Amino acid sequence: MTPLHRFLEESAARRGAHVAIVAPSGRTITYADLDGLADRVRDRLVALGVGRGDRVGLFVHKSIDTVAAIFGILKAGAAYVPVDASAPAARGAFILADCGVKACFVEGAATEALEAELAAKGASPRILEIETPDDGASLASCLDRCDAAQGKAAVSRSAEVGPDDLGYVLYTSGSTGKPKGVVLSQGNATCFVDWCSDVLAPREDDRFSSHAPFHFDLSILDIYTAIKHRATLVLIDEEVGKRPGELAAWIERTGITIWYSAPSILTMLVQHGELATRDHARVRIVCFAGEVFPVVHLRSLMQLWPGKRYLNLYGPTETNVCTWYEIPATVPEDRKDPYPIGPVCAHLRAIVVDPEGREVGRGSEGELCIAGPSVLQRYWNLEEQTAKAFLPDRTDDRWYRTGDLVREDPEHGYIYMGRRDRMVKKRGYRVELGEIEACLYQHPEILEAAVVAVPDEAAGVLIRAHLSTKNGEKISLIKLKKFCSERIPVYMVPDGFAFHPVLPKTSTDKVDYQRLKTGA
Amino acid sequence: MPDQNAIMAATKSFILSEFLEGEDPDELTEDVELISSGILDSLATLKLVTHLENTYDIKIEAHEADEDNLNTLVDIAKLVASKL
Repeated sequence: MTPLHRFLEESAARRGAHVAIVAPSGRTITYADLDGLADRVRDRLVALGVGRGDRVGLFVHKSIDTVAAIFGILKAGAAYVPVDASAPAARGAFILADCGVKACFVEGAATEALEAELAAKGASPRILEIETPDDGASLASCLDRCDAAQGKAAVSRSAEVGPDDLGYVLYTSGSTGKPKGVVLSQGNATCFVDWCSDVLAPREDDRFSSHAPFHFDLSILDIYTAIKHRATLVLIDEEVGKRPGELAAWIERTGITIWYSAPSILTMLVQHGELATRDHARVRIVCFAGEVFPVVHLRSLMQLWPGKRYLNLYGPTETNVCTWYEIPATVPEDRKDPYPIGPVCAHLRAIVVDPEGREVGRGSEGELCIAGPSVLQRYWNLEEQTAKAFLPDRTDDRWYRTGDLVREDPEHGYIYMGRRDRMVKKRGYRVELGEIEACLYQHPEILEAAVVAVPDEAAGVLIRAHLSTKNGEKISLIKLKKFCSERIPVYMVPDGFAFHPVLPKTSTDKVDYQRLKTGA
Repeated sequence: MPDQNAIMAATKSFILSEFLEGEDPDELTEDVELISSGILDSLATLKLVTHLENTYDIKIEAHEADEDNLNTLVDIAKLVASKL
């Protein structure tokens, strides 16, 4: 197995002068310089006592500095833990403390708030401050400061790691109200990247988009496939990524050839990006994942961007992409059903089971379970949840239960039917409705909270919170939204709030979610 | 030509009816942070921009449609007034 950091080292040796990364500012770095900067990160981390199996946090916006830090962490043999730098510092601190990071790269503006939150949780990782992440210069001066204070770090060798060594821990929304860490190994990642090589057949002149944030599993395809194939990774600023006009201009300006994002971003581009006025001829492959792509918008996109490959990739963070479907060149005018998620990827196996975990007959609906080398090792520090994530009583393999209901079509592979639990996807982000409820229950005036997702043509889903209060009076919506935005990421803040004297109950006295959903 | 106060009042009632149904109008003061607090998400911001462009017959450039220019009613009124 080639470890993730070796992709960079090999590309730097073979194509050192080529641009490896374009930063959101438009500045660039070559393979040789990126590898050199990552080596310095490795040496400093090793000097700080970081080694195989350790975790190192990243609370930094997407930049060349961030990518160099990631490769430096991997070279040291450690795993990186990317945290959403736009989410509240308290949530970031919970994650970093939960997985016990030994060191953490933090963006200048966030350092004070994050350190205070970490201290409140009794955690004191070594903080490495990247003042203004952009083209790598801030990371270099951070390392210069360390050299000046502690003496130059000795040059070490990149770690020899195997497939079971930790690669990264990605935290996703947790149903109990706390984010949970998906532990993924070097081997989990590399088998997926090899699959990407086979399916995408990247070229050295390709330019990969990096739209998803690094704490999102879509980033694994972006970063490592681009670097492995000596191509160029084009970072997209988080804010620009939400603004269709600017995003369309950035795609044209940077000459992106392989695109990967959630479908909602592509829908936004179709509706507001004035794509007809842009030259996007260089784009040759469009991959999307994370939620269902409504056919009406997919059809419009394929008309505006003709002659490209369109790939529907499916898979939870726990397995990364595990099934895929290549959309036929033309979408019939009368087609309304979303496209299938397709057959299982070549490196994995799939079965469909009933609620008791028994395989169902071919074509019947059931839960999709996945086995193979990209399946997660475990959740961080959550033994019980790890055990529940796999089918019990199977001795043939570790079968990860996706929670997604599918049925198999003999010709087209799996067709997605829905969820068996309370997880929803909003703009490609995984949202546990229970985590939002746990946030609302922290509000001193709230007596009962029930959160439901309702389908919406434009947004995919809308999240609505149904509440009853202790004094029976409504709470200001502005105050409620502000309360939530201080505790959970903005994409999880409910779109609407409704107040009830008491929440409707079923005959067994549980909240009647079905009634809240249908508004009956 | 509407002045900044008129623009603010009109925008306030648009935001209340469109995104904050049932909210007490007194809560939406001119300095409430609309974008950074999550009251307006990216889709809602696009809707607001389209509304302002149509109502005042102005063009808001893509790079202007952000937190710096649209975060409060005061910011919005200033931006619109500068284009009239």
